This record gives sequence, C-alpha cells and structure tokens, in this order.
Amino acid sequence: MSAATTPTTTPAVATRAVTALRTLISPRGAVFLLLAILLVSITALNPNFAEPGQLIRFVQRVSPIAIVAIGQFFVIVSGEFDLSMGSVIAAQVVLAGNLIGQDESKIVPVTVLMIVVGAAIGLVNGLVTTVLKVPSFIVTLGMMLALLGIVYYVTGGSASGNPADSFRELRRGGIRDVPVVGIIPWAVIVLIVTLAVAILISRSPYGKTLIAAGDNVTTQRYSGVRVWWVKTSAFIISSLCATLAGILLVGYAGVHPSVGRGYEFIAITAVVLGGVVLGGGRGWVVAAVAGAFTLEALFTLLNFADVPSTWRDTIQGVIIIAAVAYSAVAFRARRKVSAPQASPSEEKEPDPDGHPAHPAPHTRKSTEVD
Amino acid sequence: MSIDASVRPKRRVRLDSTVIVYIALVVVVVVGAILVNTAGRNFFSTGNIRDILTGMSVLGLVAIGQTLVVLTGSLDLSVPYVISLSSLIAAETMRGNPNNIAQGVLFALAFAAVAGLANGLVVTKLKVNGFIATLGVGLIIKGYLDTNYKGSSGSVPTEFQYIGATGLGPVPISTIIMLALATLVFLFLRKTRMGHHIYAVGGSLEVSRLSGLRTARPVIVAHIICSVMAGLAGLLLASRLGVGSPTVGSQGGYDLLSIAAVVLGGTLLAGGRGSIWGTIGGVAIFAVLDSVMSAIQFNPFLKDVVRGVVIVAAVAIYTGRGLERRRARFSTKEVSR
Repeated sequence: MSAATTPTTTPAVATRAVTALRTLISPRGAVFLLLAILLVSITALNPNFAEPGQLIRFVQRVSPIAIVAIGQFFVIVSGEFDLSMGSVIAAQVVLAGNLIGQDESKIVPVTVLMIVVGAAIGLVNGLVTTVLKVPSFIVTLGMMLALLGIVYYVTGGSASGNPADSFRELRRGGIRDVPVVGIIPWAVIVLIVTLAVAILISRSPYGKTLIAAGDNVTTQRYSGVRVWWVKTSAFIISSLCATLAGILLVGYAGVHPSVGRGYEFIAITAVVLGGVVLGGGRGWVVAAVAGAFTLEALFTLLNFADVPSTWRDTIQGVIIIAAVAYSAVAFRARRKVSAPQASPSEEKEPDPDGHPAHPAPHTRKSTEVD
Repeated sequence: MSIDASVRPKRRVRLDSTVIVYIALVVVVVVGAILVNTAGRNFFSTGNIRDILTGMSVLGLVAIGQTLVVLTGSLDLSVPYVISLSSLIAAETMRGNPNNIAQGVLFALAFAAVAGLANGLVVTKLKVNGFIATLGVGLIIKGYLDTNYKGSSGSVPTEFQYIGATGLGPVPISTIIMLALATLVFLFLRKTRMGHHIYAVGGSLEVSRLSGLRTARPVIVAHIICSVMAGLAGLLLASRLGVGSPTVGSQGGYDLLSIAAVVLGGTLLAGGRGSIWGTIGGVAIFAVLDSVMSAIQFNPFLKDVVRGVVIVAAVAIYTGRGLERRRARFSTKEVSR
C-alpha cells in the first residue's frame, strides 16, 4: 500500500523510501496517491469529513461499488469483461424484494437461492465464453439484456416488494456503541471480509493462474491449466460479488429494477483506475478497491465543491482516460528502462510502439503480489 | 449428427458468414411472417415493410460506422452521446429556419468528426484501450449534455423533417440514404488502400506495423467515420422528432445495440474480419425481430431477452465456424482479401 515511510536516514531505509516513492508514482500506486490527495482536499473543504464517524459512513457508502469492483477485477485480470454485473444486482434485488417479503423465516432460504442464482449466472457467462468461444463482451452483453428484460417483465418496471427489515439491517445497521467511530456498519465489515478473501484468492495458486491466464492463454494451456475452468470461476466470483452488492443495496436503495444500473461501467472504471490492465494479466485487487474509493471520493469532492452533479460524468470520463493513458505510458517507460537491465548486451530498443501488454518479466512479478 | 459432419466440410468452403447472415434473415422473415399471419396481420403489407425499413435506418447508420471501428479492433461506446449532441447542434443551429439547414448539418457533422478524432487519437496516441477511450469520451459528452440541456431544444424546419418522413413507395428516404452510405463504405473498404489497411490493422497490429503501415491512421479514420455516421443518425433523429434531444441516443441504446448488430453480422469483435453487408443483415434481423414481436404483441420487456439470446447464439455459431476457418487463412484462396 502507500507505505508510510518514516524519515530516518539509514541507507537501507532510504532505498526503501525511494522504492516506496517509485511505487507511489507507478500506475498501481498512483491510485493511492490520488485517493490521499482527494481525501485531504475533501477534508480541507469540509473538516467534518475527517471525523471517524463520517469516514466510516463514507466507507459504508462505497462498499457496494467496491465489492462489485472486486468481482470485476477477477474477470478483467483474467482477460475478460463482465457487463452483466449491474443487471445481476437488479435481478437479485428484485428477487429478494419479491420472495422474502415480510416473512423473516424466508430470509435464509432466499439468500441461499440468490447465491445459487448468482453462481448459475456466472457459470453460464463463463461456459459460453470459454466453451462456445463467444467473446465475453458479447456474452455478458446478452446476459445483461436478458436479465434486465426478465427483471422488467417481472416487476413491470416499477418498484415492487419490500423485504423484511431484518434483511435490510445488513445494509443499514452495524455493531453499535463502538468507541471512536460510534457504529461499524455491517456493510463495512462485509467489505473488509470480501477484500480479505479476495486477497487470499489472488495470492493462492489459483489466483496466480488466473492472472497468468489473462496474460497469455496459450502458455497456460500448454502448462496444463484448465483455462476454461479458471476463467469460468472468475465469472462465478464476479456474479457472486454482484449478488453480495445486491444484498447490500436492497437495504439502502430499496427494491427497484433500476438499482444497479451502470454499476458494470462504474466497476470497470474503478478497476482501471486501480491500474488493472484491460485485456488481463496485470493488476492488484487492493488497488482496484482503492479505485472504487477514489471514484467515490472524487464525487464527494465535487459535491462539496458545489460542482453541479451533472458534470460528474465528464470528470469521470477525463479521469478514466487519463488513468489508462498514464499507466500505458508508464509501463512503456518502464520497459525502456528495464529492457537493458534484463539483457545488458542488447541495444536499447528505440521504439516499443507495440501495445504494452508484454512487459519485462520482473516488472510483472512485482505487480502480481502486494 | 454423423450426417451433419460429413456434409459440413463442403458447405464450409462455400458459405461466407455474410451469406449465413442473410440465410438467418430469410429464416427470421419466414418464421416471423407465419407468426404475424397467425396473429391475423399481414407481414408483407406496405405499412409493415415501411416500418421495418424505417427501424433499420438509424441503427443501420450507426452500425455501418461501428463496423469500421470494430474491424480495426477497437470499439465505439460514445455513439449515443454523439447522436444526442449532434441532434441538438443541428436543431439549435437551424432554429426552424430552412436557410440554416446546410449550416446545421455542417456544424453537427463537424462536431461528430471532432469527437471521432478525439476517440481515434486517444486510442492510438495515448494507447488507451478502445473500450475505455470511447467510454471516457462518451462520458465527457454526456456530462456536457446533462449540464447544458434539461430537455429537448431547438427546432428543425419542415423541409428538413421531410427526410425522416417521406419515402419512395414503401422505402423511406432515410433507408435509401443509409443503404447508399453502406455502399460507399463497402467500396471504401474494398477499393481503397485505407480500406485494406483497416482490415490489416484489425487483423494484427504488430504485423501491420512491421509491414510498414502507419497503424494509427486507419484507426483514427475509422473512428472519425464512425462518429460522423453517428452524427448523421442524430440528424435523422432530429428530422423525425422535429427537435434536438439530449437523451435520444442513450434511450436508443445505440452503443451496445450497434456493436451487437455488427457482431450479429459476422464481424469478429477482435477485428480484421467482417463486412458491411453482414452488418446490414444483422441490423435487418433486429428490425424484423422487433416488428414481429410488436405485431404478435410480445411483452416489450421480454424483447430484450430474445435479443440477448439471439446475439449470443449467433456469435456462438460464427465462432464455432470461424475457429475452423482460421486454419485455412494462409491457403491460396485467401488472396482475395
């Protein structure tokens, strides 16, 4: 992370500080720098924001987006897209609203059903992508249209159903009477647990295989990886994350088929802000979550700065292009620097004009794990 | 199954994916006509044909441009906002005065060309993935639209409205314009150097570069043409509505639908392979499906389900074939392209 370095002067620490600084300006570190700058600016405009209670509310607000970003991370890092996440959220919200109703005894079975449905959607997305070889963009686009169509058909396009309050508690409530922050919302805990699991997954052999499959499918296939299953499970993770976000959003936004609209693009934006490369093979899940926080912090800042909310999209557009352009340029620059190190006898290549998807091996290794 | 396998290799040699698209179109038309007839209506009535052709025109224009962009291996997600803003620019410049028509059209298309240039430059010079680049440019335009327009604005003179409203027999003028442009773009792809470069860059950026192509240009040109086509679609919509509207593009969902039509028409999403006529076939399939589903009073929400399934199924069929065709890529027959 944005390793806070203490200003000691021993050489070892100095080099570490330099490394930390370099990480901060590298694409995957830049998001933390940007986040810090945004948070400081928000606090400058509105000192109340720095109060622990306010901060925890901020985290609570971001958590559904962050969870969706975690799901999208796994799909993108494996080299695919998931455009169906928003409609999975809508479907799950409507499912919860209509099936649970005011009957508290149904909470557990319906939750199980939602998880099964989520996993099934991911399985279909994954299998059609990997077995039928349809580009995931098209598969998940089709899934998005189909799910939204069903959701609107079932609901008639209006709000319907209202799950029991205890189900909504997950989004609204939390551990009360905690010193300093007052209340730790369940949503924050869910986010922390999800992130922890995601980090574990991405560090496990499976996670590394997933990233490697995103980098080069052919080598993975030759090394005996069941690529179809690795990618399919990424889609399942993604749909399950969308389900989780849906469960959180029921309590917050209520039951309406438009809940979750645009989440897939927000999630992709967040992931890309976190320096994750579209096309797969490179990325860090924590940076993806930081991307979600950065996006929300940006909107909060615009809000406090009295910028009309209609400009949000424009600024989001500029930021997303700038972030990706920056990482593309930075990776190319790194390649230029690192190429002679890797093979000192070779001449410095004058024109690494090709797409920056294949950096020097050691560059990649450093981006995989923390 | 076994009979199928023995027949297949022969067919595969002959059938181009564009041909398959039109076979699918014929099947959809036949099945649709039967369904519509059982619902007690005439599918081939002049009114119905006109509706289908009208339905094709706007999506057709967008999809022609999108085909070029997809052929280069990029995408254009900014089209809905380009459509909306160019409809507004046209309507506000014309302000109901017939003398301003040329000016309005010019301004709208100039804006569209600039948007396309921006897309192309971001993709090629900043090396931003086409998905993100055009999503970003689209969002930038969307923010501008949301901030400056609360509702429809400007107005289009009656003379200009004729373009969207009249036709030769059952064929609307707008569809004729669309087909004429499709022919132009088809010739552009077939006959010009730039057209061939568009295929080359989409087929393999690296190989094109090593062959001495300036790889940025085809991509930029494709993006500019795509945006100008979206601008034309915006003009057409303005002519139909009589006003410019800030939401007309996004409500139509033209970004994803046009990509779907392109892919339905047999163009590879990864680029390098595909044709304009395939895309027009894809657009026609969508229009016929829409018309049939309205005629038999299919639930409008479930239309999207059908669309989604059709898109995925179609691409599954193409890719199943495409993978096998790939092997023949360097055989002697491939010289034609």
